[in-house]
Amino acid sequence: MKVKKFLSQIYMTLIFIFMYAPIVTLIVFSFNENKGRRWSGFSLKWYQEMFESEMIMSALWNTIIIAFISATAATLLGVIACIGINSLKGKARNAYLAINNIPMLNSELVTGLAMMLLFIAFGISFGYTTIIVAHTTFCIPYVVLSVLPKLRQTDQRVYEAALDLGAKPIYAFFKVVLPDLLPGIVSGYLLAFTMSLDDFIITHFTKGAGINTLSTLIYSEVRKGIKPSMNALSTIMFFSVLLLLGIGTYGPKWKAKLRKNEK
Amino acid sequence: MSKTKRLLAGPYLLWMIAFIIIPLVMIAIYGFTDKTGAFTWENVIAMVRPEHLKALWLSLKLAFLCTLVCLLLAYPLALILKAGGVKKGSFVVMIFILPMWMNFLLRTYAWLNLLDDGGILCTLLENLGIARFSIVGTNTAIVLGMVYNFLPFMVLPLYNVMCKIDDNVINAAKDLGANGFQVFWRVILPLSFPGIVSGITMVFVPSMTTFVISDLLGARKIMLIGNIIEQEFSTAANWNLGSGLSMVLMIFILISMAALNHYDKTGEGTSF
Repeated sequence: MKVKKFLSQIYMTLIFIFMYAPIVTLIVFSFNENKGRRWSGFSLKWYQEMFESEMIMSALWNTIIIAFISATAATLLGVIACIGINSLKGKARNAYLAINNIPMLNSELVTGLAMMLLFIAFGISFGYTTIIVAHTTFCIPYVVLSVLPKLRQTDQRVYEAALDLGAKPIYAFFKVVLPDLLPGIVSGYLLAFTMSLDDFIITHFTKGAGINTLSTLIYSEVRKGIKPSMNALSTIMFFSVLLLLGIGTYGPKWKAKLRKNEK
Repeated sequence: MSKTKRLLAGPYLLWMIAFIIIPLVMIAIYGFTDKTGAFTWENVIAMVRPEHLKALWLSLKLAFLCTLVCLLLAYPLALILKAGGVKKGSFVVMIFILPMWMNFLLRTYAWLNLLDDGGILCTLLENLGIARFSIVGTNTAIVLGMVYNFLPFMVLPLYNVMCKIDDNVINAAKDLGANGFQVFWRVILPLSFPGIVSGITMVFVPSMTTFVISDLLGARKIMLIGNIIEQEFSTAANWNLGSGLSMVLMIFILISMAALNHYDKTGEGTSF
């Protein structure tokens, strides 16, 4: 049994190393004195350059705004859709689930290209709007898949009881159903936000000239070699998220501990 | 009441028709016409041109290899996570969500630092007295990049489906005299099948159509079908040909996934 546990630990560590080797490299090279693949001394100059670069800052701003708006829109549309889908049965329900699966089965490449053709055909000029519409579209399925199972688990009778006790449907929804759905909604939102943030392919086809997200800015730099200031930015983003995750996980525990100590 | 509820799916349906269904119709329109707008089969048949067929075959091969490696790596991991370490939830987040906050192009590009001639791994191997070599620009490098990027999409559905397997079922099998292998083969494997199916889908589709990973790690020597389609749109500017090819690719993927989903009897997505 102990051997098994030991082997499991080793296996998990190896996977972890595989996933984090490039990330560690990235972080280390953000402190490299020179641009290039060899270590030439510690320096913070890429961090300074990053904050001074208007291009990087505007790309960062675009990325975050787009992720925020698309994830919010996708969550709203997705949650409302889930309530509708959940009340359907049989063929109609399956049809909805099939539509929901199209963007996941249909590679990002085809989705992105198809949207580009749509925007061109209808004369919609490329920019913020097109990117946000595209991101919302590919984020909705993730929200639906996170929320729908939670909705199915909720007890319909509790909602009906609330109605019997005189609650209006909307009031009953917010007081009774929504709290049960919240974990699904939160994970759907976070997933949508993360997917939008990390997306390259769909943005590449729907952005048009003159606007960049971090992904497309990096892609345009690949040919001449990516500047370490990009690494610097990623390093900061990585540690911010790590910090947020840490607060999210351990924050409540510390709070509880502090309270205990006070008593 | 139920009727008003049903109406709530309306905005979603409209949105999906406008931005999923109609764009696909657009691809079909472009794919079946030439530059003058006349109907033609040319763009679809173009897939059998030797250079396209070669790229399609290579994509298929690499995507298959990547999916297989991901499955072989992820399955034991999912089993371990089910068996329960204390921090399994946070481990999943650490390998799935957190890396995504570092841009995926940047992470893939970082592999160059590790793999390239003069890179860290190469120098390490050289110092250990093993021959100096670089795998950048080979199929191996591309598969490695794909596995690196898409492994989480295999781990997550498998992990979710494993968590749903009732321990009592496993214990019952053990009580009835099944040995470790039998428990795995007759109980765990069949019950985890929906997870395997959605994992395969989520890895195979993006690896079959990628053009970024082959761009970054293939040193621009290796052309996958994704690269060919992307170039038709960006540099060659032959949208009709690009649309025709993507249509064939799409149908090809849909057929293989439909065949796969045939085995997923519950038919419920288990990815999340």
